Amino acid sequence: MRLVAAVVWLCISFASPGFAQTLEALMAKLPDGNFSQREEVVREIAATGDDRAAKLLEVLSEGSLHQRKSDGAILWVTGSRRDLTGADPLTGENLGPVEPRSTSAIKVNNSLRRTIRAAIGSLRLMHPDPVRRMEAAEAAFNAPDATQLEAIEAALVAEQDSDVAAALTQARAVTILETDAPLSDRVAAISVIGERGGRGALNALAGYRASDEPEIAVAAAEAVAKIERTQAMWAQVQNVWFGLSLGSVLLLAAVGLAITFGVMGVINMAHGELIMLGAYTTFVVQEFIRTSMPELFDWSLLIAAPLAFLVAGGVGVAIERGIVRHLYGRPLETLLATWGVSLVLQQLVRSLFGPSNREVGNPSWMSGAFEVGEMLVTWNRFYIILFAVAVFAGLLLLLRGTALGLQMRAVTQNRAMAAEMGIRTGRVDALTFGLGAGIAGLAGVALSQIDNVSPNLGQSYIIDSFLVVVFGGAGNLWGTFAAAFSLGIANKFLEPFAGAVLGKILILIFIILFIQKRPRGLFPQRGRAVEG
Amino acid sequence: MGNTFRNLCIGTALAGCLATAPAFAQDDTIKVGILHSLSGTMAISETTLKDVMLMLIEDQNAKGGVLGKQLEAVVVDPASDWPRFAELSRELIDGQGVDVVFGCWTSVSRKSVLPVFEELNSILFYPVQYEGQESQRNVFYTGAAPNQQAVPAVDYLMEEEGVERWVLAGTDYVYPRTTNQILEAYLLEKGVAPEDIMINYTPFGHSDWQTIVSDIAAFGSAGKKTAVVSTINGDANVPFYKELGNQGISAEDIPVVAFSVGEEELAGLDTEPLVGHLAAWNYFMSVDTEENDEFITAWQDFIGSEDRVTNDPMEAHYIGFNMWVKAVEAAGTTDTDAVIDAMVGVAVPNLTGGLSSMGPNHHITKPVLIGEIRDDGQFDVVWETPGLILGDEWSDHLPESAELIADWRAPMSCGNYNVETGQCGGATN
Repeated sequence: MRLVAAVVWLCISFASPGFAQTLEALMAKLPDGNFSQREEVVREIAATGDDRAAKLLEVLSEGSLHQRKSDGAILWVTGSRRDLTGADPLTGENLGPVEPRSTSAIKVNNSLRRTIRAAIGSLRLMHPDPVRRMEAAEAAFNAPDATQLEAIEAALVAEQDSDVAAALTQARAVTILETDAPLSDRVAAISVIGERGGRGALNALAGYRASDEPEIAVAAAEAVAKIERTQAMWAQVQNVWFGLSLGSVLLLAAVGLAITFGVMGVINMAHGELIMLGAYTTFVVQEFIRTSMPELFDWSLLIAAPLAFLVAGGVGVAIERGIVRHLYGRPLETLLATWGVSLVLQQLVRSLFGPSNREVGNPSWMSGAFEVGEMLVTWNRFYIILFAVAVFAGLLLLLRGTALGLQMRAVTQNRAMAAEMGIRTGRVDALTFGLGAGIAGLAGVALSQIDNVSPNLGQSYIIDSFLVVVFGGAGNLWGTFAAAFSLGIANKFLEPFAGAVLGKILILIFIILFIQKRPRGLFPQRGRAVEG
Repeated sequence: MGNTFRNLCIGTALAGCLATAPAFAQDDTIKVGILHSLSGTMAISETTLKDVMLMLIEDQNAKGGVLGKQLEAVVVDPASDWPRFAELSRELIDGQGVDVVFGCWTSVSRKSVLPVFEELNSILFYPVQYEGQESQRNVFYTGAAPNQQAVPAVDYLMEEEGVERWVLAGTDYVYPRTTNQILEAYLLEKGVAPEDIMINYTPFGHSDWQTIVSDIAAFGSAGKKTAVVSTINGDANVPFYKELGNQGISAEDIPVVAFSVGEEELAGLDTEPLVGHLAAWNYFMSVDTEENDEFITAWQDFIGSEDRVTNDPMEAHYIGFNMWVKAVEAAGTTDTDAVIDAMVGVAVPNLTGGLSSMGPNHHITKPVLIGEIRDDGQFDVVWETPGLILGDEWSDHLPESAELIADWRAPMSCGNYNVETGQCGGATN
């Protein structure tokens, strides 16, 4: 067995054109048989060590390796249904357009893809790029294969990069567990894997708890228990993080409403649709960027944010001037009228953009995740929290620190007196409503990253937004802030025990009881203005 | 425009507008009702089905119609409002005098129109996969029953991917609950330990999946191959898959097989991180057959866009509509009773290269395909049942329905015949 591995290893190290024939022959065998036979061929392809094997396997795992129906030739096919191009999978040479349905794809499924990933990994253990070597080491860790031990050890000796070396050491440990190495080596391997921690290690060790050899079983059980303890601790931290993240979404959705409903007292049922308009603005901006200047894609959200603010704010001003101002002091009529507006906006968007979801992409800096200890933090949630806090701080600054903010507060606290002082109350009303609406638009930009961009987007946030504002105390921005985050965190701590459905119900019941006790919310407005 | 006007009439002033309708119901056309939501939450899925019906009707008219008469589509918009489905189906049948209705998506909308179709004795074609446990004389179910979708998908994961641990995740309503009940019973039958099954329900439109995805990842790190069987409904899928991608869970680690995610749903999604996740359907747009190629081309020409996709419920309407045409031609009339009798046994080509036929339980035979998501939003068929499978209306895996069968042919003519007691009416619903 080891001899074979050594030979394979030699082949990998000294890949030579002499093996090209075999690679071509093996490639021709790919279309035949079922998935498990194909897996065998993939292993053999990897064993040729040919330079071109890794690329071939990559194309195969993407599912773009086709067989031409007429002569059985293997092609690398790319393009859309009515516009396909073929290329030679080994040389990459362009073979011109391919007739639709003249080829059939060589199928890959998940388990075959796993094999391919491990095979590519084994071909890349000595790759010059440390990132590739890291991937290779991870692939070897996730799919331990006893025959790979020699290759991993050789790579470990040659490795200069300490991170990759650590990953290789762990990969070696997992692989040793698969072999019949001496007991002490394997127990040592378990402790190496245990040190690594995390879910991958848990997965690698869990099976060995039922080992026939008591030493292995005990060592594995101890290591697993230790990892699980760490994970349980981190799970609490993770819950807080999830809560903050949910809270930031609630805050974004609610803070605009805190202006229109909280400060102005307008029950704006179209608030959710203003959020939706923000999300659709993002979509339009991205579409424009995709077609005319794709290099700017990573900036799309930053470009979309001010536009979304203007679009939603503009619609907000129009709603205020057109409808709401005629209904001040008549909350029920306002409620009905704005609800009507919300239906109109929904159907308008549906007619313009169609009823189906629209794809809004994540810029590269918002994709993926990074690790903090044992906790996975996704970039998009991280930036949304930052964004929510920034929007909140900006709003606070605007209300406290600018003339417009002063006028807004003056008008809402005592309209008559503000008018006496020469403030154009009508204009301030429109601007205040527009500000609240514009902030809803900003929320839409953020929500387009984590939710569906569909005409129904707004509906799912309107109720939560009102809950947050009412719970926090209408008219108090800090109340909205505190309410959003405490509801978010409470929800996330309830969810693991009660489930998502019951969790939501419990929160709702809690808020109803709370409002019974303190009708003005967490941080009630005080003073004469409230009574007026 | 005519349709828009009619919608407006029905939507706003039912009585006034339709009082004169029967006067127009002349004998030179056959009216076909289309009962799909064009607004509200379900518009996302149902609008396409309205369009595909209009296309099928137009094609049939170009071929000379049915029984020498032209078909006339009557489109109404129930606006995702369940009681409205019942109101509008009454209007279609009674007011407009349609001979057949193609419509509904959610089970609750179907349940709400059932009594109307029974009372007014008309025909409904229901094109969506559903939870089963039903067979009604006036309804033809052209979507999949659980044995045509859920059970084969679980078989595939068990046999081909060696899955031993199962997460059954669904939206909290009747279809996922019943399907998961059937699947749980099935998995236990297959010897899966109860602690290896995790069941999770979320509300409609759930968008914060962080906790659940991280729970799934934790559940999946017990050294056993884990898979998620998802009955998560429509809209909630996008944030679910996004979260999976962001938390770095690839299909190679924990595959997700979905029963409500098709080409149409993926159209609103960046599919790069989803490659390899699975869906089980009876049709995929990527299926390589002559009929399918023609259908896709016809559809894209009809709708005027090469970006539009086709999906499973569209195929179901294609099959259902062709079956109805064939049955009407066989019966020589559009009379409800004659057509219902003629329907059983009718066979028409489906789009995957086979011949689907209508069973005596008003369900049809279909192949089951398992597809993996590709990076272009299409599916690669990785497995399919060797032959066609007849929909099983009453699940054999649930004790309360194991003894029930449906057979609408005379002399049995019963939707819930208990083979144990020899009685019709063994079911509670």
